[in-house]
Amino acid sequence: MAIDKNTPLDWAKEFEQLRQNSRNEFLRSFYKRGMVSGSTPIADIPLVALDFETTGLNSKHDDIVSIGLVPFSTHRIRCAEAQHWIVKPRRTLDEQSIVIHQITHSDIDDAPDLHEILSDLLDAIAGQVVVVHYRHIEREFLFQALMRRIGEGIRFPVIDTMALEQEALQRKRGILARLLNQPQPSMRLPDCRKRYGLPPYQLHHATTDAIATAELLQAQLAYHYPPDAPVRQLWC
Amino acid sequence: MQAEQLEIASFLQQHPPFSELPEQTLNDLAQHIEISYYRAGRDILQFREPIHDLYVVRAGAVETFRRTGELYNRLGEGGIFGHMGLMLNHRVRFPVKALEDSLVYCIPVAYFNDLCERFDSFADYFETEDKTLLRHAVSEQAESNDLTTVKVSSLITRDLVTCAPHTTIREAAKQMTEQSVSLLLVTQSVQQPSAENNDASNIAGILTDRDIRSRVMAEGLDFDVAVGEVMSENLVTLDDNAYIFEAMLSMLRFNVHHLPIMRRGRCIGVISMSDILRHESQSSILLTRGIFAQQTTEALRHYAQQLPAVFVRMVNEDANSHMIGSAMSVIGRSFKQRLLELAEEKYGPPPIPYSFLALGSMARDEQLIVTDQDNAIILHNDFVEAQHGHYFENIAKFVSDGLAECGYPYCSGNIMATNAEYRLTLDQWKMQFSDWIEAPNPKALLNSCIFFDLDSVWGEQRMAETLRQFVAEKAPKHHAFLASMARNALNRTPPLGFFKEFVLEQDGKHRQSINLKRRGTAPLTDAIRVHALAIGSMSQNSFERIEDIKQAGLLPPGKAQDLSDALEYLSIVRARHQALAIESGEEADNNVQPDMLSSFERRNLKEAFRVLDNAQNFLKFRYKASVRI
Repeated sequence: MAIDKNTPLDWAKEFEQLRQNSRNEFLRSFYKRGMVSGSTPIADIPLVALDFETTGLNSKHDDIVSIGLVPFSTHRIRCAEAQHWIVKPRRTLDEQSIVIHQITHSDIDDAPDLHEILSDLLDAIAGQVVVVHYRHIEREFLFQALMRRIGEGIRFPVIDTMALEQEALQRKRGILARLLNQPQPSMRLPDCRKRYGLPPYQLHHATTDAIATAELLQAQLAYHYPPDAPVRQLWC
Repeated sequence: MQAEQLEIASFLQQHPPFSELPEQTLNDLAQHIEISYYRAGRDILQFREPIHDLYVVRAGAVETFRRTGELYNRLGEGGIFGHMGLMLNHRVRFPVKALEDSLVYCIPVAYFNDLCERFDSFADYFETEDKTLLRHAVSEQAESNDLTTVKVSSLITRDLVTCAPHTTIREAAKQMTEQSVSLLLVTQSVQQPSAENNDASNIAGILTDRDIRSRVMAEGLDFDVAVGEVMSENLVTLDDNAYIFEAMLSMLRFNVHHLPIMRRGRCIGVISMSDILRHESQSSILLTRGIFAQQTTEALRHYAQQLPAVFVRMVNEDANSHMIGSAMSVIGRSFKQRLLELAEEKYGPPPIPYSFLALGSMARDEQLIVTDQDNAIILHNDFVEAQHGHYFENIAKFVSDGLAECGYPYCSGNIMATNAEYRLTLDQWKMQFSDWIEAPNPKALLNSCIFFDLDSVWGEQRMAETLRQFVAEKAPKHHAFLASMARNALNRTPPLGFFKEFVLEQDGKHRQSINLKRRGTAPLTDAIRVHALAIGSMSQNSFERIEDIKQAGLLPPGKAQDLSDALEYLSIVRARHQALAIESGEEADNNVQPDMLSSFERRNLKEAFRVLDNAQNFLKFRYKASVRI
């Protein structure tokens, strides 16, 4: 697993530390729900796929527009427990992003601020391992969005299906291909899904994307990992 | 805030039977789906494991199999599987494997049932077009069980090795070793049997490894003794068309371990108990064998505590009601037989021949979990009260008390051999039956209809046979008798209202429930008995009686099959209900609450009750119209 610079070795311990240092009650109760030990087999772990639609790609300037999540396990994706929110970004929507996620000005006019749904959101992901496709969006956007609102960021482990895919392809790619530096196949969610026979979806709706990500992880696990693979091999 | 699942809803909308559902329902359904990914080659559903969802193939392809491993169906995008399991016993009928990498949608059973309930078009989709629902349910049930569908001939794997009765044990043992068999068929003829012409039909007996050990070596006999001296004789044989299940019953009933299998009078092989046990672990066989090993009533009582567990296992193994009924009856018989053996040890051998009878459900081979003991004795005509009366009173009391200890309660109507009225000589019984048949009194017959299902469990089998013959000859000629029996058979009606809805018990402990025995199996069995008597059938089992009735052409075409399906369905639901109660530590009864059943089970039940209703109408027409009392 490509390890981020500041990935802690022990997320369970890290959560305890974060709880003690946090001044925000939502965050404290989020950290209090704890984190599984890195040696837990992936088949035993409660997972939650998370997806944001945003006003743009820069977490420092852009903000979250909608959030979709769906809890799952390696066995089942539970749509009945899926959740979706539209939130009002603290930055104007530009036409370009509207084209992508189709959430319009009128949709967000009556939407709450992220701060208002924060406790629900954190409650929905606490105690579970978050799964995303391309961790730099969800983790960093949530970090920055909280910084702006409560002056404090948030940290948690994620399983990144894009990183898993890169790693799997890297292993599969012959030395020759690497030496010749042949271009890497696409890492976009629909292209990754296609490699596992997963159907094309109408993407860029946060819930659908979350489900699409959950399905991709189930497929990747079925292909590349035994059911008792410890989660530390997967998260970062 | 619950999330809309437009992607899932729009997929479902393109595939029947979901395409028939209103948009709002589809959206709601989509929000309750679970998703699962299976790599090519992986098992999705394994035979008999519990199943809780209906499956829809979202992407990829799957294959469904019969339990024999034979491919049943191949399903692609939009294909549906798992409904058979959901509709019948909530266990997987057809195992499923992913043929390609597959994504499947899972619809929880409660949601599936709800859709069937609310949308007829949706429910109809799951019924095949050419069969009635009941036929379908019953035949699916039968298909899933090997013991009732596989012929005994399939168990014959070894070549038959024969020898002559004058062969010495030494030669026989050598032959068995050389051919590596554990059993020799002893034939009268010396000729080697050939395919076209052989004399193997002249079976003299069989000799097994075990016979050599226990009858020759343990007895210190000379190895030059002739095989004919030590072989087992008077063999029970079976036709090669019989089902494995029938072989099992024969072995249990006659307490033998080997059955020569005959084809057109020629023995084609011998199957052993272990062949059957290997074929399917049948705990009932083991239980029966154990009964005969118990030395006292107390030991039997202790042993009998396993009975409920054996019953539950049979139900869960998807045995059909005929199998369960027969196995439970055989077990009940075995208890009686062992108790009679013990009684004869205690009071000495019988001074005159007699036959101990089972009556009612045990005689019909239709017992479920523990029912009352109903029994009687036929005494030889040489019976002298002063001389023999005391002996049979003792025997009857010993057996009856023993049965009560083993969990078969005393008969509340006092129809037991302990009652002197039911210890009669063969001639007295004939007079009694003549009386019932020739001068019928519906009220008196109500209590004695149980005697029209009788079978010998111990002693002189021929006496019971004689009595059955007597009844079979007399009954068809006496219309007033048949009319009275028919009238009694109408006393208990199926619980269906005018608009075909269930009519539930309104008072007592079992409010809002249906008594499946009183309102279902019992009146149906009664109706079948009347027809059986009318055609002089000697069969006691209801399914066999139906077969006889069909042969006799008494019913309009198709009606006999309906009766059989309805009886099977009512019986199996009753058995499952009882098994479920036992499993959850409750007392087993016959009261089923329709609310607790799936919509499919409810529809099947209604269908079965409708068959009973028709059968009763037919009884009125067939026997009352021509009555001259």
